[in-house]
Amino acid sequence: MAKDMEIVQVVGIGIIATITILAIKTQRPEIALQLGLISGLVIFFMLLGRITSIVAMLNDFAVKSKIDMQYIGLLFKIVGIAYICEFGSEICRDAGENSIASKIELAGKVSIMAMALPVVTALVNFLGGILS
Amino acid sequence: MGIDLVFRIAAIGILISVLNAVLNKSGREEIAMMTTLAGLIIVLLMIVNEVVNLFDTVKTIFQF
Repeated sequence: MAKDMEIVQVVGIGIIATITILAIKTQRPEIALQLGLISGLVIFFMLLGRITSIVAMLNDFAVKSKIDMQYIGLLFKIVGIAYICEFGSEICRDAGENSIASKIELAGKVSIMAMALPVVTALVNFLGGILS
Repeated sequence: MGIDLVFRIAAIGILISVLNAVLNKSGREEIAMMTTLAGLIIVLLMIVNEVVNLFDTVKTIFQF
Protein backbone atom coordinates (compact mmCIF):
# COMPACT_ATOMS: atom_id res chain seq x y z
CA MET A 1 0.00 0.00 0.00
CA ALA A 2 1.50 3.35 -1.04
CA LYS A 3 2.38 5.81 1.68
CA ASP A 4 -0.23 8.28 0.47
CA MET A 5 -3.05 5.82 1.07
CA GLU A 6 -2.29 5.58 4.78
CA ILE A 7 -5.65 7.23 5.43
CA VAL A 8 -7.35 4.01 4.37
CA GLN A 9 -5.48 2.13 7.08
CA VAL A 10 -6.37 4.78 9.63
CA VAL A 11 -10.07 4.59 8.76
CA GLY A 12 -9.90 0.81 8.76
CA ILE A 13 -8.37 0.68 12.23
CA GLY A 14 -10.93 3.21 13.46
CA ILE A 15 -13.90 1.23 12.19
CA ILE A 16 -12.62 -2.12 13.44
CA ALA A 17 -11.82 -0.64 16.85
CA THR A 18 -15.26 0.97 17.10
CA ILE A 19 -17.03 -2.28 16.29
CA THR A 20 -14.91 -4.21 18.79
CA ILE A 21 -15.57 -1.61 21.46
CA LEU A 22 -19.30 -1.83 20.85
CA ALA A 23 -19.13 -5.60 21.20
CA ILE A 24 -17.39 -5.36 24.59
CA LYS A 25 -19.04 -2.24 26.00
CA THR A 26 -21.99 -3.87 27.74
CA GLN A 27 -19.96 -6.65 29.33
CA ARG A 28 -16.72 -4.92 30.26
CA PRO A 29 -17.02 -1.16 29.85
CA GLU A 30 -13.65 -0.56 31.51
CA ILE A 31 -11.90 -2.70 28.88
CA ALA A 32 -13.89 -0.92 26.18
CA LEU A 33 -12.57 2.42 27.40
CA GLN A 34 -8.98 1.21 27.31
CA LEU A 35 -9.59 -0.18 23.83
CA GLY A 36 -10.72 3.27 22.74
CA LEU A 37 -7.61 4.77 24.31
CA ILE A 38 -5.25 2.36 22.62
CA SER A 39 -6.82 2.69 19.17
CA GLY A 40 -6.52 6.46 19.43
CA LEU A 41 -2.85 6.01 20.31
CA VAL A 42 -2.25 3.60 17.43
CA ILE A 43 -3.75 6.03 14.92
CA PHE A 44 -1.70 8.89 16.37
CA PHE A 45 1.52 6.92 16.03
CA MET A 46 0.69 6.16 12.41
CA LEU A 47 0.48 9.89 11.74
CA LEU A 48 3.71 10.66 13.55
CA GLY A 49 6.00 10.85 10.52
CA ARG A 50 3.74 13.33 8.73
CA ILE A 51 3.37 15.52 11.79
CA THR A 52 7.14 15.65 12.27
CA SER A 53 7.74 16.78 8.69
CA ILE A 54 5.01 19.43 8.92
CA VAL A 55 6.52 20.80 12.12
CA ALA A 56 9.98 20.83 10.52
CA MET A 57 8.59 22.68 7.51
CA LEU A 58 6.92 25.30 9.73
CA ASN A 59 10.19 25.73 11.62
CA ASP A 60 11.92 26.28 8.30
CA PHE A 61 9.43 28.96 7.27
CA ALA A 62 9.83 30.69 10.60
CA VAL A 63 13.61 30.74 10.32
CA LYS A 64 13.43 32.04 6.76
CA SER A 65 10.99 34.82 7.62
CA LYS A 66 13.24 35.88 10.53
CA ILE A 67 10.59 35.45 13.21
CA ASP A 68 12.08 35.13 16.68
CA MET A 69 12.52 31.40 17.33
CA GLN A 70 11.12 31.58 20.85
CA TYR A 71 7.72 32.68 19.51
CA ILE A 72 7.51 29.74 17.16
CA GLY A 73 8.64 27.43 19.96
CA LEU A 74 5.92 28.92 22.15
CA LEU A 75 3.32 28.31 19.44
CA PHE A 76 4.37 24.69 19.10
CA LYS A 77 4.28 24.14 22.84
CA ILE A 78 0.76 25.59 22.97
CA VAL A 79 -0.37 23.24 20.21
CA GLY A 80 1.22 20.36 22.09
CA ILE A 81 -0.57 21.25 25.31
CA ALA A 82 -3.85 21.65 23.44
CA TYR A 83 -3.48 18.24 21.83
CA ILE A 84 -2.63 16.39 25.04
CA CYS A 85 -5.47 18.08 26.93
CA GLU A 86 -7.96 17.26 24.22
CA PHE A 87 -6.79 13.64 24.18
CA GLY A 88 -7.18 13.30 27.93
CA SER A 89 -10.50 15.10 28.20
CA GLU A 90 -12.06 13.12 25.34
CA ILE A 91 -11.08 9.84 27.00
CA CYS A 92 -12.73 11.02 30.23
CA ARG A 93 -15.82 12.07 28.32
CA ASP A 94 -15.99 8.66 26.68
CA ALA A 95 -16.14 7.16 30.15
CA GLY A 96 -18.92 9.56 31.11
CA GLU A 97 -16.76 11.62 33.48
CA ASN A 98 -17.67 15.01 32.04
CA SER A 99 -16.58 16.92 35.15
CA ILE A 100 -13.06 15.46 35.09
CA ALA A 101 -12.85 16.23 31.37
CA SER A 102 -13.78 19.85 32.04
CA LYS A 103 -11.15 20.08 34.77
CA ILE A 104 -8.50 18.76 32.39
CA GLU A 105 -9.53 21.33 29.80
CA LEU A 106 -9.37 24.06 32.44
CA ALA A 107 -5.85 22.96 33.35
CA GLY A 108 -4.89 23.17 29.67
CA LYS A 109 -6.32 26.66 29.32
CA VAL A 110 -4.50 27.85 32.44
CA SER A 111 -1.21 26.31 31.26
CA ILE A 112 -1.52 27.93 27.85
CA MET A 113 -2.37 31.28 29.42
CA ALA A 114 0.62 31.02 31.75
CA MET A 115 2.90 30.21 28.82
CA ALA A 116 1.61 33.08 26.71
CA LEU A 117 1.80 35.59 29.56
CA PRO A 118 5.31 36.96 28.80
CA VAL A 119 4.35 37.59 25.18
CA VAL A 120 1.12 39.35 26.19
CA THR A 121 3.06 41.46 28.72
CA ALA A 122 5.61 42.42 26.09
CA LEU A 123 2.82 43.35 23.70
CA VAL A 124 1.03 45.49 26.28
CA ASN A 125 4.28 47.24 27.21
CA PHE A 126 5.02 47.85 23.57
CA LEU A 127 1.59 49.34 22.93
CA GLY A 128 1.86 51.43 26.08
CA GLY A 129 5.19 52.75 24.85
CA ILE A 130 3.69 53.73 21.52
CA LEU A 131 0.65 55.39 22.99
CA SER A 132 2.45 57.39 25.65
CA MET B 1 2.00 -1.29 18.23
CA GLY B 2 -0.51 -1.41 15.49
CA ILE B 3 -3.75 -3.21 15.05
CA ASP B 4 -2.50 -6.34 16.82
CA LEU B 5 -2.32 -4.46 20.11
CA VAL B 6 -5.98 -3.53 19.71
CA PHE B 7 -6.87 -7.17 19.05
CA ARG B 8 -4.84 -8.38 21.98
CA ILE B 9 -6.69 -6.07 24.35
CA ALA B 10 -10.01 -7.08 22.84
CA ALA B 11 -9.12 -10.72 23.30
CA ILE B 12 -8.21 -10.11 26.94
CA GLY B 13 -11.51 -8.31 27.38
CA ILE B 14 -13.52 -11.18 25.96
CA LEU B 15 -11.55 -13.69 28.03
CA ILE B 16 -12.28 -11.70 31.17
CA SER B 17 -15.99 -11.59 30.29
CA VAL B 18 -16.17 -15.33 29.82
CA LEU B 19 -14.22 -16.07 33.00
CA ASN B 20 -16.42 -13.65 34.89
CA ALA B 21 -19.61 -15.29 33.65
CA VAL B 22 -18.34 -18.79 34.47
CA LEU B 23 -17.15 -17.84 37.95
CA ASN B 24 -20.34 -15.94 38.73
CA LYS B 25 -22.48 -18.89 37.65
CA SER B 26 -20.50 -21.31 39.80
CA GLY B 27 -20.95 -19.04 42.80
CA ARG B 28 -17.38 -17.79 43.26
CA GLU B 29 -18.17 -14.12 42.93
CA GLU B 30 -15.19 -12.75 44.82
CA ILE B 31 -12.80 -14.64 42.52
CA ALA B 32 -14.75 -13.28 39.56
CA MET B 33 -14.22 -9.74 40.79
CA MET B 34 -10.53 -10.42 41.36
CA THR B 35 -10.05 -11.77 37.83
CA THR B 36 -11.77 -8.69 36.45
CA LEU B 37 -9.43 -6.47 38.42
CA ALA B 38 -6.43 -8.55 37.33
CA GLY B 39 -7.43 -8.26 33.67
CA LEU B 40 -7.91 -4.52 34.09
CA ILE B 41 -4.44 -4.13 35.59
CA ILE B 42 -2.86 -6.24 32.84
CA VAL B 43 -4.44 -4.13 30.12
CA LEU B 44 -3.46 -0.97 32.00
CA LEU B 45 0.18 -2.10 32.11
CA MET B 46 0.07 -2.78 28.37
CA ILE B 47 -1.32 0.67 27.76
CA VAL B 48 0.87 2.69 30.15
CA ASN B 49 3.91 2.01 27.96
CA GLU B 50 2.15 3.42 24.94
CA VAL B 51 0.81 6.44 26.81
CA VAL B 52 4.30 7.28 28.09
CA ASN B 53 5.48 6.90 24.49
CA LEU B 54 2.79 9.31 23.39
CA PHE B 55 3.76 11.98 25.89
CA ASP B 56 7.47 11.68 25.10
CA THR B 57 6.76 11.95 21.40
CA VAL B 58 4.54 14.98 21.82
CA LYS B 59 7.27 16.56 23.91
CA THR B 60 9.90 16.03 21.22
CA ILE B 61 7.70 17.06 18.31
CA PHE B 62 6.33 20.18 19.92
CA GLN B 63 9.70 21.14 21.40
CA PHE B 64 8.96 21.19 25.07
